[in-house]
Amino acid sequence: MALIELSGIERAFHLGDSVVHALAGIDLVIKAGEYVSIVGASGSGKSTLLNVLGLLDRPAAGSYHLEDRDVTTLSANEQAAVRSRRIGFVFQSFHLVPRLTAAENIALPLLLAGIAPAEREARVGRALREFGLEQRARHRPDELSGGQRQRVAIARATIMQPALLLADEPTGNLDRATGEEVIRLLEALNAGGVTLILVTHDPALAAHAQRQLVMEDGRLKSDTDR
Amino acid sequence: MPAGEQVTPDPERMPVMSGADILRFARTAALGYPLRTALSVLAMAIGVAAVVVLTALGDGARRYVVGQFSALGSNLVIVLPGRSATGGFNPVNVVTSTPRDLTVEDAQALLAAPAVRQLAPLTVGTSEISFGGRLREVVLAGSTASLKDVRHYQLEPGSHFLPEGEAGRVAPVAVVGAKIRDEVFGTQPAIGQLIRLGDRRLRVIGILKASGQGMGMNTDELVVVPVALAQSLFNSNTLFRILVEARSRGQIEAAKAQVLDILKARHGGEEDVTVITQDAVLATFDRLLGALTAAVGGIAAISLLVAGILVMNVMLVAVAQRTGEIGLLKALGAREADIRQLFLAEAAMLSLFGAASGYLLGEAGAFALRSFFPVFPAYPPGWAVAAALITALATGLGFSLLPAQRAARLDPVQALMRH
Repeated sequence: MALIELSGIERAFHLGDSVVHALAGIDLVIKAGEYVSIVGASGSGKSTLLNVLGLLDRPAAGSYHLEDRDVTTLSANEQAAVRSRRIGFVFQSFHLVPRLTAAENIALPLLLAGIAPAEREARVGRALREFGLEQRARHRPDELSGGQRQRVAIARATIMQPALLLADEPTGNLDRATGEEVIRLLEALNAGGVTLILVTHDPALAAHAQRQLVMEDGRLKSDTDR
Repeated sequence: MPAGEQVTPDPERMPVMSGADILRFARTAALGYPLRTALSVLAMAIGVAAVVVLTALGDGARRYVVGQFSALGSNLVIVLPGRSATGGFNPVNVVTSTPRDLTVEDAQALLAAPAVRQLAPLTVGTSEISFGGRLREVVLAGSTASLKDVRHYQLEPGSHFLPEGEAGRVAPVAVVGAKIRDEVFGTQPAIGQLIRLGDRRLRVIGILKASGQGMGMNTDELVVVPVALAQSLFNSNTLFRILVEARSRGQIEAAKAQVLDILKARHGGEEDVTVITQDAVLATFDRLLGALTAAVGGIAAISLLVAGILVMNVMLVAVAQRTGEIGLLKALGAREADIRQLFLAEAAMLSLFGAASGYLLGEAGAFALRSFFPVFPAYPPGWAVAAALITALATGLGFSLLPAQRAARLDPVQALMRH
């Protein structure tokens, strides 16, 4: 079953007089449960592709079907709902809210989705156990190590049980050992059924994925599936 | 498998953040930047406190004046000699050099007016009182027994006021104010003592209770004697005022007309007296000071506007500081409306807290005013308090619409790039 179907996706940015084609006619099908890595130089369009996949950015042309539903034509509120329920984000710089504890950060998506406090607490408790963060629940981000911060971020990204997990350089701010630990965690989630798309500039990391995409100048240069 | 339990998100039916969660989140946001929060709360508090204190001052002045007038006596019509200048050019004024004096006989004649309940003639001057070698200058008022009721004077126990009837006009007696009693007699009992007033010897028969106030004349430093006695002391037969009490509030205008008619007839057809009603004066002062209070309150409200602009600034800074967080919330599924609500809730919290502490601050200020000036009833009027609180909340929220909207409209990709 195809989770993602992109066809003819275009996205251009205007920088002064010049036009940069960040995405120039991307056609891509990703099946549910796949583990896909996207590599490419900076400016190759890999981040823009990830933003489009995460409904943070609207393509100028082309269609994007997520779970057989055309999501490019959805209203802003409908897209927010899709982000809330179906998509999880993991960022290079973690993006934890500094004044909230680990548990509160993990609970944010549940809060925004209007899930009742009792259920929220149960689900956050389960996530803290699963990610080995029980001892850190009441700590703020500045009291956590880099690896712990990214674990909190991943717990937050998966708390709504999304179908799609988008990771943008998730190990970029971590040392090698911690980075590998985080990758193992993401791979374990993928093994549990979540579709994982990993953007990186590190070919060694990209090689972990069953399917590797290489981007160049807004186009897919290679795809191990083709 | 998460992908298996596919749900089709329907934004219309999707639950949204609960009010309690919005407030809790906004609170952590406000507490996350304590200095910024404290400053905008302070600005709002000063604005509200300024309105509360200044209107308390204005309304206190109004109450003070109204209270003073009421202490003067109720349903009072005051007759003074001479035509007030508001009459314009009158040929009669050219021919007759000076207006006729008001006399005790004029006062007696006014008793015939049906709308008049009672009246007291009043002549006022200064004299010297001496007792036991002590000498003091005093304000001397000559009047009759009715003065006590007309002016609502209170006497100390064991006191008498001027005797009724003919005797009241000539008897060699005096009623003294509390301060005169203290200064002239010290600890000795004053009642029954003989004092010298000018070239007369008078017996003290009563003491006016200390009041500490009294429009025009401070009763604490007053000596009241029979009117004929005072006139002979001053060597004049004119009156300073005639204080007339109408039968009721509704009769004040009738009493005024009747008094004017009678005096005009007695003064050869000339309207050479001025009759003022306490009610009219009171209403004028009431209106005047009420307008003053409103104006002062309005000026103070400008500081609320300034506070509102400060809240807007603070919220704009908050949006700039938390751009990354806004991007994150959007990535996690927050809608524009959610972001807007979070920022408005924060602004509302700042405004509410600022307004509440400003109200308490203002009440404390008014309390301090009342403590330092006990005669001055500096209570903030209810309308001013309500207006201050509503204005504070409205400006706080109103000026936050723009920052909240700016936050809601942020492009998530751009916002996430800034950290």
